[in-house]
Amino acid sequence: MLEAILLTVITAATPLVIAALGELVTERAGVLNLGVEGMMIMGAVMAFGATQVTGSPYVGILAGIAAGAVFSLLFGILTLTLVANQVATGLALTILGLGLSGQIGESFVGQPGIKLQPLPIPFLSDIPLLGPLLFRQDLIFYLSVVLVVGIHWFLFRSRTGLKVRAIGDNHASAHALGINVIRARYFAVMFGGACAGLAGAQLSLVYTPQWVENMTAGRGWIALALVVFASWRPLRVLAGGYLFGAVTIGQLHAQALGIGIPSQFLSALPYVATIVVLIIISHNRRTTLINTPASLGKPFVPER
Amino acid sequence: MKKLIIALAATAAVLGGVSTGAQAQDKTKVCFIYVGSQTDGGWTQAHDIGRQQLQEHFGDKIETPFLENVPEGPDAERAIERMARSGCALVYTTSFGFMDATIKVAQKFPDVKFEHATGFKAAENVATYNARFYEGRYIQGQIAAKMSKKGVAGYIASFPIPEVVMGINAFILGAQSVNPEFKLKVVWANTWFDPGKEADAAKALIDQGVDILTQHTDTTAPMQVAAERGIFAFGQASDMIAAGPKTQLTAIVDTWGNYYIKRTQALLDGNWKSEQIWDGLKDGILTMAPYTNMPDDVKAMAEETEAKIKSGELHPFTGPVKKQDGSDWLAEGEKAEDGVLLGMNFYVAGVDDKLPQ
Amino acid sequence: MRIELQRRSEVSRLFSLVSPLLALVLTLFFGGIMFWTLGKNPFDALYSFFIEPLLEVWSLHELAIKAAPLILIGVGLSICYRSNNWNIGAEGQFTIGAITGSILPVLYPEWHSPMILPLMLVMGMIGGALYAGIPALLKTRFNTNEILTSLMLVYIAQLYLDWLVRGPWRDPQGYNFPQTKAFVPEAVLPEVLDSGRAHLAIVFAIVVAVAIWFMMRFMLKGFEVTVLGQSERAGRFAGFSARRMVWFSMLLSGALAGLAGISEVSGSIGHVQPSISPGYGFTAIIVAFLGRLNPLGIIASGFVLALTYLGGEAAQLSIGISDKVSRVFQGLLLFFVLSCDTLIHYRLRLVRHPAPGGAHA
Repeated sequence: MLEAILLTVITAATPLVIAALGELVTERAGVLNLGVEGMMIMGAVMAFGATQVTGSPYVGILAGIAAGAVFSLLFGILTLTLVANQVATGLALTILGLGLSGQIGESFVGQPGIKLQPLPIPFLSDIPLLGPLLFRQDLIFYLSVVLVVGIHWFLFRSRTGLKVRAIGDNHASAHALGINVIRARYFAVMFGGACAGLAGAQLSLVYTPQWVENMTAGRGWIALALVVFASWRPLRVLAGGYLFGAVTIGQLHAQALGIGIPSQFLSALPYVATIVVLIIISHNRRTTLINTPASLGKPFVPER
Repeated sequence: MKKLIIALAATAAVLGGVSTGAQAQDKTKVCFIYVGSQTDGGWTQAHDIGRQQLQEHFGDKIETPFLENVPEGPDAERAIERMARSGCALVYTTSFGFMDATIKVAQKFPDVKFEHATGFKAAENVATYNARFYEGRYIQGQIAAKMSKKGVAGYIASFPIPEVVMGINAFILGAQSVNPEFKLKVVWANTWFDPGKEADAAKALIDQGVDILTQHTDTTAPMQVAAERGIFAFGQASDMIAAGPKTQLTAIVDTWGNYYIKRTQALLDGNWKSEQIWDGLKDGILTMAPYTNMPDDVKAMAEETEAKIKSGELHPFTGPVKKQDGSDWLAEGEKAEDGVLLGMNFYVAGVDDKLPQ
Repeated sequence: MRIELQRRSEVSRLFSLVSPLLALVLTLFFGGIMFWTLGKNPFDALYSFFIEPLLEVWSLHELAIKAAPLILIGVGLSICYRSNNWNIGAEGQFTIGAITGSILPVLYPEWHSPMILPLMLVMGMIGGALYAGIPALLKTRFNTNEILTSLMLVYIAQLYLDWLVRGPWRDPQGYNFPQTKAFVPEAVLPEVLDSGRAHLAIVFAIVVAVAIWFMMRFMLKGFEVTVLGQSERAGRFAGFSARRMVWFSMLLSGALAGLAGISEVSGSIGHVQPSISPGYGFTAIIVAFLGRLNPLGIIASGFVLALTYLGGEAAQLSIGISDKVSRVFQGLLLFFVLSCDTLIHYRLRLVRHPAPGGAHA
């Protein structure tokens, strides 16, 4: 039973982790994109559509990633080239995404989807408990793990990652050092969009292989919260995502056991937990300040 | 800025030769207000299928405009008023949360007829309508008790309103009529519509040992989970067999179309009356999807129960029934009154959950 | 060839006026194309979006009802954003304001007194302010990011409301349906004119917007908001405290969101129910930015956004444009308005030969 519960937690946490990782890179480069929900739902609908048309969920994954990236480009053009306000543009992106995906997906409603099948890794998948949990999973889960490690390495061990962080911390001096701030930010925004699209693909191909309008149901916002919760560190995103997933699933189990606490209070638990953990980690003023990208949300226009 | 918008769009309108509204006044307008999206695959879509059947049935005689995604609250009142002003003869407001708004607008437009789904406030020109979904739940309970090996079913509930509580109780009473020891676990998802959360709830229930699932939420996600885990499940609101060809035992299908046709006919004939209508299986407002994936004897039992409910021989809420706390509710042979059912806020014995109060 | 921005030495007055018009023209053009590709007459569509809701008196009232909460919340948020406090949890403060404001009519339904309404409004404002005080406290005391905490508190507020109306506050005569008793007439916000439903909330909204505009323009507090928003250090030199500004802006915007909440429940709904807001708190964020964080601009943008909601409905009904298409159209409008505003601060220049690198700043 433990194994089954943990599997449920992993499935619930994976889209949050992936979307949050993408947003983390975007924010590390100093851009705040509140449109995660919109990019995610675009990924979900395109992934589902491409899978239905081609019969291959792998084509679906690619379509989801592409949809998220292209959609985020819209945000990029507005906020980076035209220096529109990032908060407002992100919200507008969500409105547009929810409407557009509903329109695109109108004919998909009610169609049974094709589920992305697990790819067991030989030998490793036979380990008791860990095997089924970690090595008998689908491609998107493996990608999520690769992303966590890869992004951690990229941000803190690679030269390009250092540049990204420099841009996020102080775009004026990064620019003075000869870094092309705008171009780097475009990449960061599109990476965030691609990740959100992948997370959306997980929803419509793995979590619940179907398409219904608004199926993201606020998960994009949770992903945004996770980034701050993780104080912009990839490994903490992983931990936070799984904690959130565990609390969500845990409250359903508590209900099934019949413990008689109003379900609204149990449903509120993950949010309360997030706030509490956030207080604990941000209590230490210095570590928070070190990790927060100082230029976050501020527009940059190279002066000539 | 607004003035300019007006000016600009007015110019556009003149240039384009706009023809708004006033076309085909001889058609009777039967209008619908939806709380969800027309293609939500659940509650609203069921109503919309009913609307399409209505349109098809009467063809050129009527028009059936609708407004979708109308939030409950002040927006509802505006949407309903807009309908009334646009010349609708009959307006269907298809969510409980539209109740007060419907009544308010109805007072302003005494010549327009309104029908509000699942509410309890009526007026001279406001009828209410609902379906006795619990009749279908009772049949599902009986099937569950026959098909379950462990004797425990899982119930994914949305919100603790009488409609849902009534369904849970009917299900357990049906099950206990076959197996008096049958138990029911309940999870409140606190949503009508979130495939992810519904799937999580389904998984949690299965992990807690239930081997049959039923749901009072709108998406097919629980059906998919049941299919994956190899247990049986019941569909909700529409026939969900496509999501679980080897999984669905039956489903309660909302067939509002039959009802809409009946009432619109009355309107056209000039004998529409305000009534509080609570139709059941016999009236065709709900139907059972084909009984599938079960042995013939179970199917025969289900069909027999369905026939008995239709003929009025069997009322699912017939005594003796005890409440969850052990106190008596219905005496031997006593049938529950509609008023009690419509305000139901207690469990009957056998539900393994504490009702949120 | 590429586009390059050049900062104007001062805000362009010309483009302050022209940019919304340009945005409108672009929206009409691209929106028209969209409707046309969907097989609808674009002129009919645009007419029902922008004109139809303005032609009838009752519809103007509805416009005011829809715009009032957006303006009230948006004005409060503009103070937060100008002072660099990122309150995005107005939806939660709206909800809590609606709850605390409703305590009297729900728990003392027998109390008929002209005092009840002012008390409700004050209690609603206090509730909203206190709820916004939580992220303010966490920010000043623990340095916790307010974007996140205020957002999390939205979900918590909504679940709390849900629990209240399904549990302790449920109307005992209401067949156990999730709503409270209807408010007594004394507890209902009166309508402004006889010709429609619009109630006092729109008056509050406009009075508040003008008052805040006055404060920002002519009072020291307004100067303090601006200075601290531009640079905390400069503010400190001027003797202003960023910490006090966190409290001021959050409590103010919370109180206004709370006022919007209780006004909505008392004036438009008449009882408390699980869903009291179609996302006003979030939409108001867009309203605040569309109005360029200027209270008078926010009055205009509040009405424009409300118009797109009403227009979407009119378009659905008269020419069968689905709600999804209306949302897309709304998104288009927002994008064009936001991008055209760039012209106020920047000059666009087409550069034929891209500058090598970007090293000479």
